[in-house]
Amino acid sequence: MADLVDERSYGTSNVKRGLADMLRGGVIMDVVTPAQAKVAEDAGAVAVMALERVPADIRRDGGVARMSDPEMIKGIQEVVTIPVMAKARIGHFAEAQILQALRVDYVDESEVLTPADEAHHIDKWAFTVPFVCGATSLGEALRRIGEGACMIRSKGEAGTGNIVEAVRHLRCILGEIRRLTTLGEAERYAAAKDLQAPLALVAEVAMTGKLPVPLFCAGGIATPADAALVRQLGAEAVFVGSGIFKSSDPERMARAIVEATTHFDDADLIAKISTGLGPAMRGDEISTLNERLADRGW
Amino acid sequence: MRVGVLALQGDVSEHRAALADLGVDSSPVRSVAELDGVDAMVLPGGESTAIAHLLVTSGLLGPLESRLRQGMPAFGTCAGLVLLASSITDGRPDQPALGLLDVTVLRNGYGRQVASFESSSELAGGVRVPTVFIRAPRITEAGDGVEVLATIDVGDGAHPVLVRQGAVLGASFHPELTPDRTVHALFVDLASASRSAVHK
Repeated sequence: MADLVDERSYGTSNVKRGLADMLRGGVIMDVVTPAQAKVAEDAGAVAVMALERVPADIRRDGGVARMSDPEMIKGIQEVVTIPVMAKARIGHFAEAQILQALRVDYVDESEVLTPADEAHHIDKWAFTVPFVCGATSLGEALRRIGEGACMIRSKGEAGTGNIVEAVRHLRCILGEIRRLTTLGEAERYAAAKDLQAPLALVAEVAMTGKLPVPLFCAGGIATPADAALVRQLGAEAVFVGSGIFKSSDPERMARAIVEATTHFDDADLIAKISTGLGPAMRGDEISTLNERLADRGW
Repeated sequence: MRVGVLALQGDVSEHRAALADLGVDSSPVRSVAELDGVDAMVLPGGESTAIAHLLVTSGLLGPLESRLRQGMPAFGTCAGLVLLASSITDGRPDQPALGLLDVTVLRNGYGRQVASFESSSELAGGVRVPTVFIRAPRITEAGDGVEVLATIDVGDGAHPVLVRQGAVLGASFHPELTPDRTVHALFVDLASASRSAVHK
């Protein structure tokens, strides 16, 4: 009996969606150096997103934004024990293959980077590593899940420190889910056509009243109050990009956002942790932007 | 009996759904007041470093530890097992090990996410349960007072994945992520037996 090794299956939906389940109620922080990754882990982050520039800097610098240098990703993997995520360009399956070879824990097929394909997102079923994708509406979320995404996040408007777009996307996705649950079975076909989403997924959402994968919020979170807002709206966890390391006191801001994400409905506590935090990132009014990153992907 | 599920972070709703399937009332625990209202605790899966951090900032660590030491039944899966262990290898130096289970665990002991896997394990009595391992901790040592209820062999010899010590149960896998309720039923039986022993 001793030489009988138990059979194992890797990269199954249970395993890929399961890691997203483990991150629920937590904060995933963008970091550009190993030192920032340590600050994030010390503050109670559930995962870090390793990238070369935070979205606010990508927006400022312009040019083509690509997958990060493997050297910096490895440097971050070496200093933290929490999951390390990294971004691939929309449709750039070769970048995703490299990230999988680097054994990152989640790949974000992200509109923050410059898209590589104008028609096709990555076929995410072909990978062992799980993927998170952004969405602005239920149809977009279900198309990504149909391609194999195991976690959906609002796109928001990355790098702006402005929560208004993420709120729009969350309200849209959750409102459309509620509407689906009110339809008769015979009305689901037309709903699938209108949403441009796979019928089987539309039927599943109509029956369960939720996405088949966790729904997180990203794009524009800059304060503990922002985190509390999106959690109360229904986001199960939050991504914070520029909001921590573009604030005046990143260590305190990181801790405060972690606490606010867990105790999102305790206003007394959030009032206390928000007191004397110092200025949040400056932020941008959406109407002043030259380019809307959320328009990338479809 | 009311079972609390530590709700600082992690897969809280899956545990509550599993308990509901067994007809057991549960409530989320994020504060000391909520802890006071429950008879047993589930420590869910999640990121053990984040949960440990939030246990400290929420003021729950001391009261939870004291309830557990007084014999409150508990069930930890994955990160929850790490919290209940007596010794953690490769954890953060400031990470609390509550020591309710006399085991040593190696965090991420099966590797990173691409090495996460599904399998199944046989319990005593021949029942097979599905097992989902996600960046799972590996039990590398178990003390004499620990009963090993299931093992797995990933090519380097069988080692424990489900252990019990008194009314405390720990799994390195996630029974809450499958529809099988065998392991949760085991915990509910343990907790009920422990309570009736106390009330005698």
